[in-house]
Amino acid sequence: MGALVSLVAVAVLALIAYLAVGVGDLRFLFGVVIPGVAFAVFLVGIVYRLVKWGRAPVPFRIPTTTGQQRSLAWIRNQPVENPSGGLGAVVRTASEILFFRSLFRNTRAELNPEREKVSYVNTKYLWVAAMALHWAMLVVLLRHFRFFVEPVPRWFEAVQLADGFFQVGVPVVYATTVAFLAALLYLLARRLLDAKVRYISLPADYFPLFLLLGVGLSGVAMRHLEKVDIVQVKAAIAGWCSFEPVVPTGVGSMYFVHVFLVSVLLVYFPFSKLLHMPGVFLSPTRNLANSNRRVRHVNPWNPPIVGHTYAEWEDEFRDKLMAAGYPLDKE
Amino acid sequence: MAEKTPHELLQIDLDPPRSDWMDPTIDFEARRGTWSYPGAAKNLKYMGFANPREWSPRDDDWKLPENWQQIIHDGIKERLTKYRSFQVFMDICVRCGACADKCHFFIGSGDPKNMPVLRAELLRSIYRHDFTAAGKLLGRLAGGRKLTPAVLKEWYYYFFQCTECRRCSVYCPFGIDTAEITMMARELMMLVGLNINWVIEPVANCHRTGNHLGIQPHTFRDNVDFLCDELEEATGISVEPSINRKGAEVLFVLPSADYFADPGIYTFMGYLLLFEHIGLDYTFSAYASEAGNFGLFTSHDTIKRLNYKIYHEAKRLGVKWLIGGECGHMWRVLHQYMDTMNGPADFLEVPKSPVTGTVFDHAASSKIVHICEFTSDLIRNGKLKLDPSRNDRYRVTFHDSCNPARALGLFEEPRYVLRNVCNHFFEMPENTIREHTFCCAGGAGLGNDENMEMRMRGGLPRGNAVRYVRDKHGVNLLTCICAIDRATLPPLCQYWAPGVEVSGVHELVGNALIMEGENERTTNLRGEPSAETEG
Repeated sequence: MGALVSLVAVAVLALIAYLAVGVGDLRFLFGVVIPGVAFAVFLVGIVYRLVKWGRAPVPFRIPTTTGQQRSLAWIRNQPVENPSGGLGAVVRTASEILFFRSLFRNTRAELNPEREKVSYVNTKYLWVAAMALHWAMLVVLLRHFRFFVEPVPRWFEAVQLADGFFQVGVPVVYATTVAFLAALLYLLARRLLDAKVRYISLPADYFPLFLLLGVGLSGVAMRHLEKVDIVQVKAAIAGWCSFEPVVPTGVGSMYFVHVFLVSVLLVYFPFSKLLHMPGVFLSPTRNLANSNRRVRHVNPWNPPIVGHTYAEWEDEFRDKLMAAGYPLDKE
Repeated sequence: MAEKTPHELLQIDLDPPRSDWMDPTIDFEARRGTWSYPGAAKNLKYMGFANPREWSPRDDDWKLPENWQQIIHDGIKERLTKYRSFQVFMDICVRCGACADKCHFFIGSGDPKNMPVLRAELLRSIYRHDFTAAGKLLGRLAGGRKLTPAVLKEWYYYFFQCTECRRCSVYCPFGIDTAEITMMARELMMLVGLNINWVIEPVANCHRTGNHLGIQPHTFRDNVDFLCDELEEATGISVEPSINRKGAEVLFVLPSADYFADPGIYTFMGYLLLFEHIGLDYTFSAYASEAGNFGLFTSHDTIKRLNYKIYHEAKRLGVKWLIGGECGHMWRVLHQYMDTMNGPADFLEVPKSPVTGTVFDHAASSKIVHICEFTSDLIRNGKLKLDPSRNDRYRVTFHDSCNPARALGLFEEPRYVLRNVCNHFFEMPENTIREHTFCCAGGAGLGNDENMEMRMRGGLPRGNAVRYVRDKHGVNLLTCICAIDRATLPPLCQYWAPGVEVSGVHELVGNALIMEGENERTTNLRGEPSAETEG
């Protein structure tokens, strides 16, 4: 149900852009105004969210420790899994961001009622798909910088060359294009076919998958089917960058579909689960050192709570304390 | 004990139904054995907590305050601005499902709302509905739900079906910690008077008498005396520990179950023998007679209130530093909360072992050392005379208690101690120990009798791992460093791995210690023959 709603939503969005340009001739709106507004919403939304998160204090130091602590000198500690200082915590957070460390631990629980046995099977599919999706997305994004800069720096070309290493098709099909689409399809299939994941999935989980698929497929269509005029595209993007909008002419509707879906993605980002991207930097179970007993962590709003004091306790149990022969503060 | 046999209980399907989860109905009557009784009015009144009254989850009317929705809404709002953890964890979950089958309660029940992601969604759906633009605009389509009485009942059921063990947070790619979410949900429920008696009564007891069990000071002394007598009978060693003595070097704090109930009392005897062996200048306190802290299962304010007495008493007695006994959640509080809440402990000194001279600089600020850290340092420096063959009747495995594992990373210290005090040590499978350890399913206040079926269900992963080493290596003793474990693992083993007993690590230390002037030690602290038993 959630999947269907999301699929229809993305299809309608794509159709809107297609018709707007093909029939309505709203090229200025879809080629200039909407992308600009979307980019602004994205920036403001992310900044707003970061400020909101940043302003919430971290009252307690609560890392989840996944390795041996630093205690006695002769016991070997694990400085990344259980960081004792700031550097370890930075490396640990980086390992989550760059390599999805925790997801790499994934196992699948299996139950055999007849043999009365529970087992845990290592499973890396989700990790592989997640790594493929995110790293491919990063490279695809970097590849797009060739539209934004003139002249194109050497290292961009190197990335592009490596990405097109297999020399399949004309123009060359990039490896990351394939990885990106395949990973999306796997994640989608997993949501639909794995009963547990289907149960927990909301429309908000399917929507970004379909949206990214839409972005990817429209991009592929532009490059390999419609063969869009790169010079026109570059001119349009140069227009954005210099705030002197150019309405691209001579490019097909696929360009507008692509740009519109990316615009939707940008607007959607700060209001959705896609916030996991900035959020992972701020996760207190990962980005804090387990130095609790060595260095005091200060809670800025530490409430002035006093417990049951010794004097109150002694007063309450005075007779019993005396009968049991306890030393007393107040005779 | 659970009414179902282990085999019946194992008929579990981990695949959820195709239906939607958003419309809850929980028939508390039909689900007897899987929930805990509510907090008694007298305990709430004593603590000054909200809405004391007599009620049962089975009732239709839970006698909530009239504006309960507003109270909870405001409570969420306040906590979002006070805890970055809460705000971030509400916003960033992608529902990837990596956590789904990591929860012992899910594995043992197949109830999809015990998947950590969905447990969090129970609260997150309300957050989205009340506090996010998408939720306000699109409602259910954006995963938002209105806070209805049925939703609140579901909160009560599932947030008191989480032991805050943090296993799921090990696997989460964003480190989302369900314990943190459960703690927030329990705080919110506290605001309208929803809590369970197995938490609230210990809290009230602890506030009044100094310990969860409500043991008053004269009884505390009687218990200690009684255990000293038992110790003398078993070993011929007479010890006279001091209580509330000013000027001792060390204040020793511990979970109250260790001087109250079998098998914790044998661990207690182990502490006594160890300290006698090295001549430690220490004292107990009848006022700070509990370092465990059920405030952790109540609210942050209650943690602070109950933890107050530790430093307060250390200061009054003029001790130099602290040692803490074997207890799991107690150590989460001592390690992650005490110094922040009730510190700085600048009136204490950086802990230094009087026997080995080792400075415990990893506790330089909070000034409290875990007894396994203390003992492993003693062993490493050759300061203990040990005869591990006195534990030869045991084939031993070690259960990493959730909090020492995932809040401290205390993995090697207890293992080092065990390897030096017994000859037969075997690890359980690697996915069930260390940071992957499975909960006893009775933590966070759930270790009560009325919740027995759920405890046995949640105990399945641990019990199954114990059974594996029992069958493979003949293991007959499950050691642990947690008082809740020592109370909850015996019935769990009886149910899932019969023939395996439970003990603390320092019970085995006590057995192995060669004391000056001791009797011929033919029996262990339990009065059982020390020699190896066959068959």
